[in-house]
Amino acid sequence: MPNPERQGISPDLATVTAMKSGDQSALAELYDRYSSVVYAVALRVLGDTGAAEDVLQEVFLQLWRNPGAFDSARGSLGAWLAVITRNRSIDALRRRKPETDIEDVIVSVAPDLAGNADRSRAAEKVRGVLGTMPTLQRSALEMAYFEGMSHSEIATKTGEPLGTIKTRIRSGLIALRKAFQI
Amino acid sequence: MSVHEQFAEDLALYALNALEGDDRAILEKHLARCSECRLELEQLRGDGALLALSTVGPKPPARARQRLLDAVAKEAAPTLSQKTRKDGAPTVIAPRRSWWGALGWAATAAVIVFAASLSKENSALKETLASASAQAVQSARELDDLRKISAPLIAPEAQRITLVAMKTPPQPQGKAFYLRNRSSLVFMANNMPPLPPQKAYELWLIPMQGVPVPAGMFKPDARGSATVVNPPLPSGMEAKAFAITVENEAGASTPTMPIMMMGTGE
Repeated sequence: MPNPERQGISPDLATVTAMKSGDQSALAELYDRYSSVVYAVALRVLGDTGAAEDVLQEVFLQLWRNPGAFDSARGSLGAWLAVITRNRSIDALRRRKPETDIEDVIVSVAPDLAGNADRSRAAEKVRGVLGTMPTLQRSALEMAYFEGMSHSEIATKTGEPLGTIKTRIRSGLIALRKAFQI
Repeated sequence: MSVHEQFAEDLALYALNALEGDDRAILEKHLARCSECRLELEQLRGDGALLALSTVGPKPPARARQRLLDAVAKEAAPTLSQKTRKDGAPTVIAPRRSWWGALGWAATAAVIVFAASLSKENSALKETLASASAQAVQSARELDDLRKISAPLIAPEAQRITLVAMKTPPQPQGKAFYLRNRSSLVFMANNMPPLPPQKAYELWLIPMQGVPVPAGMFKPDARGSATVVNPPLPSGMEAKAFAITVENEAGASTPTMPIMMMGTGE
């Protein structure tokens, strides 16, 4: 079960609330806090600075227009923005219309990701886990996450059974989660 | 974990939008009535978020901030006849005509007063933003300069030309830019020979101590060019050298000899 006390939502909550009342400086504050994360994710998926900038603009405009889409009681804004950005970037990569409504995306994370230092520590830990993960598993996870490939596309590309790919992706995600469980 | 085991793997794929066809339809039906699996889905998305948050890269160009704030300023004064759709796009609602004229005029007057106060507040906000923008001008210039320098390096459509001595066939060449304290790596290769089927090049970080660490797979394009941007790497690892081998497409955990290319730091 997600643990709200461990999710570190409060620093963002006031800013999101201010933005809901039309406070543009609150959006600017959130942009300053999270634009690097959003841009880095978009650039990693798209590999093109112009396209990544377009996704950055789109994600923050969506947040401005529809701040209620982020359920502050159920997760960290940084994690939510990262997932929304990843999904939009994959849609852009595949030149398709957005597949999921942002209101339907609920994200639960255990580590506190509210501050820059928290996110840096978490990112370092994740890179450590990825560094020790078997290459085939990490590769399957990254193909699914950063290239938006389906499990059957990955199976075709790697020549491995569908079931193996499914197992690798799930156990890769769970390994990341376990790294933050004490 | 209390998730229904038969759906465990499909849930992970669904969290990444990587589940297709009948499996997707069956799982969505199950999710509609299983709160445990919905919670697990939220956590799997969170696990994916951790993966996304581990990405490092350059900061966005300074002009992107101004572009956003300009776009928001344009939208900032919605009329009372505007509402926001579920997808966030504004929808204009046609005003309703009412025979209750007197109250209508009173309401209009109230709206004008309210709009005037909003306008004042809006001006104050704009002043604050203008001040912040002025402070950002210097860093904006620097970032723009950096962007201009880096754009030809990473843009896929950029022409890449390698100059060599006349009558010498173009040689494979790789350049790695590694920032150890951020575990950030950009690698560019030119004139790479075509690969056999089912094979790919693998880049390796050779640490000062210990075994080589995988630093990304790549396949050159038709011109023999390729880039690897920010592969996952252990944090803070000092590199003695970088090397390239030919491996199966899925990658290897240890390099397969022979080493095709290798270079040490300058």
